[in-house]
Amino acid sequence: MGDVLFTSAIDGLLIGVIYGLAAMGLTLIFGVMDVINLAHGPLIALGMFGVYLLFTLLGLNPFLAVAIVALLGLILGVIIYFIAVNRVIDAPPLSSLLSTFSVNMIIIGIGTAMLSTSSYNVDYSMGTMNLGFFKAPGARIAASLVALLTTALLYIFLYRTRPGKYIRAVANNRVSAELMGIPSTRILALAFGIGVMLAMVAGGLIATILPINILAGGSYELKSFVIVVLGGLGNPLGALIGGLILGLIEGIVPAFMKTTWVPVIEYVLFVLILLVRPQGILGAKE
Amino acid sequence: MSKRLLILLAVLLLAVMAVAACGGAKTEAPAPTEAPKAEQPAATEAPKAEAPKEKEVVIGFTASQTGKYNVSSTRQTTGLQMWMDDVNKAGGVKLADGTVVKFKAVSYDDESNKDRVQELYTKLATDDKADFLISPYSSGLTAAAAVIAEQYGIPMITTGAASDKTYKQGYTVVYQAYTPASRYLTGAIDLLMNLDPNAKKVAFVYENSKFATGVNEAAKAYAEDKGLDVVLFEGYDPDTKDFNAIINKIEAAGPDAILGGGHFQDGSTFARQLYEKGTDVKFISLLVAPPEPTFAELGDAAVGVTGPSQWEPAAKYTPDSAKAAGLEWFGPTGDSFTKAYQAANNGEDPSYHVAGGYAAGLILQKAIETAGSVDKDAVMKALDATDMMIFFGHIKFDTSADAHGLQVGHDMILIQWQKDGDKLVKQVVWPEAGATAKPIYPIH
Repeated sequence: MGDVLFTSAIDGLLIGVIYGLAAMGLTLIFGVMDVINLAHGPLIALGMFGVYLLFTLLGLNPFLAVAIVALLGLILGVIIYFIAVNRVIDAPPLSSLLSTFSVNMIIIGIGTAMLSTSSYNVDYSMGTMNLGFFKAPGARIAASLVALLTTALLYIFLYRTRPGKYIRAVANNRVSAELMGIPSTRILALAFGIGVMLAMVAGGLIATILPINILAGGSYELKSFVIVVLGGLGNPLGALIGGLILGLIEGIVPAFMKTTWVPVIEYVLFVLILLVRPQGILGAKE
Repeated sequence: MSKRLLILLAVLLLAVMAVAACGGAKTEAPAPTEAPKAEQPAATEAPKAEAPKEKEVVIGFTASQTGKYNVSSTRQTTGLQMWMDDVNKAGGVKLADGTVVKFKAVSYDDESNKDRVQELYTKLATDDKADFLISPYSSGLTAAAAVIAEQYGIPMITTGAASDKTYKQGYTVVYQAYTPASRYLTGAIDLLMNLDPNAKKVAFVYENSKFATGVNEAAKAYAEDKGLDVVLFEGYDPDTKDFNAIINKIEAAGPDAILGGGHFQDGSTFARQLYEKGTDVKFISLLVAPPEPTFAELGDAAVGVTGPSQWEPAAKYTPDSAKAAGLEWFGPTGDSFTKAYQAANNGEDPSYHVAGGYAAGLILQKAIETAGSVDKDAVMKALDATDMMIFFGHIKFDTSADAHGLQVGHDMILIQWQKDGDKLVKQVVWPEAGATAKPIYPIH
């Protein structure tokens, strides 16, 4: 029993980092501009298909493809910001919810028309890594490491670079930041771009290990919401921890009961956190 | 602020899910289309000196031209149409009184929808005056059609419908061509015990769907009956993409064999992840996915995986094997059926759905020939007495009151993916009589 628990826990943490990365994209955008990005799921799916297409059509290594998808995600995010978010950013929250939801429907519509809703696989294997006490597919470990690396880079960016500090300043108080000469609109666009980039990178990493389809982003979007609430709205570190917790639940719960109980436990936890500690484990953004 | 947002968010999420749910069930406006009728050679036939009396027999059925069963249902219809063309071209069926029977198909699009099936079978029975019925594709739609067939007393041959339940409702006019679901995985257990008398532990991991659960429950009972130890019996969500947690559980239980699966997507993902994880297991048999040609895209992960199939082009049911089994042979051989299909479909191999459609027609044809009449009662009497071999396999129906029409003759074929040089090939490994290769065992 101890063995299963150990293996399941590590497996859960491995996938949990990737969940956390996806959730960070959602929580960053919310933290900076109070916009809940309802196009999060389809953007994750776009990341998946970005990697799939680069891998299948150009024969790129999927992890190299993830880097390209990251850049595309940043650009796409900035474009979406100016088209769909900028004009409604000061309007009541319903407006930005509806406008990002429209983006959601547009992506799903185009994606379904072009790719149908069938499943695809990035047919890539890095063998099985066997440490004796623990074994896992190599790609799964590599994907988790990339997710961890991306998280670290995000932190260095937010805390050590000038644009990163601008983002935090705008998140803190947009008016004061503007008075200090920070071009807030451009910074908001950058923050949105980074949020989308994180979602797409997470999607790309998922594509290296699991089957994908254009609607697959939906389940990760739901997980992202749970994680964000778990970790604290607008708190990127909270998102990482929330992701790890969710991953652990998914890994360990099946060792004790039927796997069908996993979502029940996840969503009961979601409701409990909302009831008992609505600011999340690490607290919402300051 | 954030509280309001959260409430809004919750509402929107619900709305999204509702939209998603509705999207799946979206149906188009009903537009019943008469299926392409069999090209009736009758019209062009030159009148002969003494033309025999000709009678047109209407075969009614629905096909899922739209909706989720579209692909399989279309194949089944193609098979049925092939049979009808073959019989009509060969001059039809001669009855005892000298009348020549030609068949005519009347069909509608059921949109993969149960309610439509009931409306349309009622229409077939009343407006179109169908003499005989063939079932739609899938157990669910067939169950809906069976009610109507029984109500109007029109004999129906079911195909593409494996569930046992339909035949345990006390119906008297419904006859099943497929091996019933309860026997889908029993062949795999027989093969396992035949290969390795020391194999003791079996894990069942299956999709939580009506079909897969039924099959696996029946197989579990069979395995326990045979003295095997079922170390894991667990269902998974149909949308499951990550099997890691379940695989960890399997590894902890340490089974000799893994049985289960559900449909194509989950089954192929499960097989792939078992392989990537390097799970040490001797035997794998999964429902539905392995017999599909696209399963080969898994590459090395497909090697050794077995799966039950209703029929395979390689299956060796021949007039000789019929003789060996002491059965009457009827209809074309598998080879000629396969070649005819390939010729008409760019060399593509016929799937078991096509074969099932053709077999349904053959079963009916044989019963009409035996009865020497198209009288419904006489034909049903002949169906009850059917005990023959066709290219699809052995056909015999249960005639007891509580399982009337259940298929008891036909057996599942077990295929296994094997490597031939660099190429993956599908081999028949069970039953022994029909095998094309020796099974690989253990696979890892």
